[in-house]
Amino acid sequence: MTSATLAVHDHHMDHATTGWRRWVLSTNHKDIGTMYIIFAIVAALVGGGLSMVMRAHLMTPGAGILAEHHQLFNVIITGHGLIMVFFVVMPALIGGFGNWFVPLMVGAPDMAFPRLNNISFWLMIPAIILASLALLTGSGAGTGWTIYPPLSSLAGHPDACVDFAILALHVAGVSSILGAINFIVTIFNMRAPGMTLHKMPLFVWSMLVTAFLLVLTLPVLAGAITMLLTDRNFGTTFFDPAGGGDPVLFQHLFWFFGHPEVYIMVLPAFGIVSQVISTFSRKPVFGYLGMVYAIISIGFVGLVVWAHHMFTVGLDVDARAYFTLATMVIAVPTGIKIFSWIATMWGGSLTFRTPMLFAVGFLFVFTLGGLTGIILANGGVDIALHDTYYVVGHFHYTLSLGALFGMFSGFYYWMPKMCGKMYPESLGRIHFWLTFIGVNLTFFPMHFLGLAGMPRRYVDYPDAFAGWNMVSSIGAFIAGFAALFFIYLIFKTLRSGAPAGNNPWGDGADTLEWTISSPPPFHTFEEQPQVR
Amino acid sequence: MYRWLMILMGLGVGAGRVCADVPHPWQLHFQEAVTPVMEKIVHFHDILMIIIVCIGVFVFALMGYVLYRFSAKRNPVPAKFSHNTALEIVWTGIPVLILLALVWPSMHLLYFMDKANNAEMTIKVAGRQWYWHYNYEGQHIEFDSVMIPEKDLAPGQYRLLEVDHPVVIPVDTTVRLLFTADDVLHSWTVPAFGVKQDTVPGRQAEAWVRVTKEGTYYGQCSELCGQGHAFMPICVKVVSKEAYAQWLGHAKQQFVAFDDKAQTLLAHLKQDTTSRKG
Repeated sequence: MTSATLAVHDHHMDHATTGWRRWVLSTNHKDIGTMYIIFAIVAALVGGGLSMVMRAHLMTPGAGILAEHHQLFNVIITGHGLIMVFFVVMPALIGGFGNWFVPLMVGAPDMAFPRLNNISFWLMIPAIILASLALLTGSGAGTGWTIYPPLSSLAGHPDACVDFAILALHVAGVSSILGAINFIVTIFNMRAPGMTLHKMPLFVWSMLVTAFLLVLTLPVLAGAITMLLTDRNFGTTFFDPAGGGDPVLFQHLFWFFGHPEVYIMVLPAFGIVSQVISTFSRKPVFGYLGMVYAIISIGFVGLVVWAHHMFTVGLDVDARAYFTLATMVIAVPTGIKIFSWIATMWGGSLTFRTPMLFAVGFLFVFTLGGLTGIILANGGVDIALHDTYYVVGHFHYTLSLGALFGMFSGFYYWMPKMCGKMYPESLGRIHFWLTFIGVNLTFFPMHFLGLAGMPRRYVDYPDAFAGWNMVSSIGAFIAGFAALFFIYLIFKTLRSGAPAGNNPWGDGADTLEWTISSPPPFHTFEEQPQVR
Repeated sequence: MYRWLMILMGLGVGAGRVCADVPHPWQLHFQEAVTPVMEKIVHFHDILMIIIVCIGVFVFALMGYVLYRFSAKRNPVPAKFSHNTALEIVWTGIPVLILLALVWPSMHLLYFMDKANNAEMTIKVAGRQWYWHYNYEGQHIEFDSVMIPEKDLAPGQYRLLEVDHPVVIPVDTTVRLLFTADDVLHSWTVPAFGVKQDTVPGRQAEAWVRVTKEGTYYGQCSELCGQGHAFMPICVKVVSKEAYAQWLGHAKQQFVAFDDKAQTLLAHLKQDTTSRKG
């Protein structure tokens, strides 16, 4: 074949599909990644909007804007949790950045199973429709995202809303499992020559461990919610003591998935932060191997600590002792990661562009959340704090703000690559400071509320809690404004951003995606790059 | 030290009011502990808090220094190192040592709070949508405890915390509490006692209290149980042993256990039938 025909062939491939076919029938990892990111942003506006309603209602004690609609409040907290976990964080970090950058970083032309990738994304649409039906049908599912029976059984929610929630989780779970299989196969089989496992960028490592966690735990959730579905519809009694079942069994199964899920959400953020800190320190990641094995051990230990969510259900004291000790172990690899990030910056030449601001912000919020985690890990102390606002503060600092700052860091870092245009730096910085101040003002006072004893998931609270709730709500509105500001920034970038060039970040950005044009051609690495 | 810090901060925001039993505005720390269990929880929490504050200050100071010292302005040429085995061993080893030091106090607290060895009385607690049901074992006393709605509150009563029939227990007495639920999950919580126990249908769980100070203590349901979740508070009156004995006599009249009511009814019916036969 001559080079002329090759060129023609390339040209043809670049414009293989246009219009709606390009997106709906897409098998291209970049297009699918883009759709995931847009999906996550839209879902985030809904999920974030729900949190604004919650904070507006809780701003003052007594009947707030939701008046006497107590069930509606429960539906809103359920919707907020489900949407943020399954339709914002996972699609953005795994489906979005994972799809876009895992193939680029390992020098692969695409994902291993491009059509599977397509169905992974398009399953998210019926999943979120089902989730919406769960919130809108009958009384609405007011069970919390944990859908504990018997509240989620027929006794607690007799209409179809919880069935829709179960089906939404099933479909979203199938989507995630398929995506996870795709990542594992891609990472194991499609790395460019020379890229050994111990040379893979840390973002790819974090995606690999995340994918394994998904494959190992989502089937357990699927089993649990299937049992709940048959309890509700076909007269089984897996979770009904009247028929020999046990509500606590559901909690074990749920948290066997649910705890690894928090690492599923935050590990990709770890990966992004590693790339960003290394880039803007102009220094390789410190202790690469330690970082890799810290991710692996966090994933592994994360699988065997689930019942620390259940210290108050009446587990045997020896079981509580085990889960306390196992949970504390996680502090060690987490500490290794924090110190390695700081050591990466040590001796570096730091520039504080927006991605770096969010990465440093991540270090701050994640360390704070991790430290309160050391307190909560102790089964004895947890009795006083379980199901209070202390826990709400803790998990928002770790997985929500951790994942959120990771997402924003990745977004600003890779947006020039994805759309070929630079975001306005000053607006990015304003967005960072608005977000940082807003979320800290929202979540830090929650620790005080929790210590004083305010239970979570409360539609109304004793008047003594009014002060910190007001502070928290004001913080939430600042963070909400920051989110709208971010949307404006995206449009501004797309309309009038300066061209980014192949590598806007300089010699610190040394992974493969910066060797190709911005935006990358439709097909990349048709000839495998050689990694030394 | 931590306590002291908290009190200082409390004064700083102009909220020095100390209450034994209810949360107060701008509160920063736990409610006052009135059982041995809660005292130990607060004590261990404060130790942990000192440790994590030290770690936090260390990490953030380190971060602050690095961000200042190694900015591109002050350090235009980055170093090239990326390993230091000794350092990595140190920052793996020291956290391990800190955690090992925490094992004993953590386990001690956990096993101490687990069960009462020789309880002097037992109360069975059942969570229901959306009130609590109490049964004094062996006393034939059984009653429901329902929140007083806002419109019926007397002046000085706390909104969302007051109930029509509080649980009454004697001071300095070890009380075993047995928990179950009759519909969905609930969680019986009194912060000042250090008790939080989920009530689960079909299961029985146990906790214990030995309250060292008379007073009225409040708590709230702590497991999402539907639309009335925020409206089933727990109110416990801790009284002197004499006052308790007095209350017991009174309560036996007022709260005849359901079984007893049934017995009486049955006896009446029997009498009725025999008299008609006669």
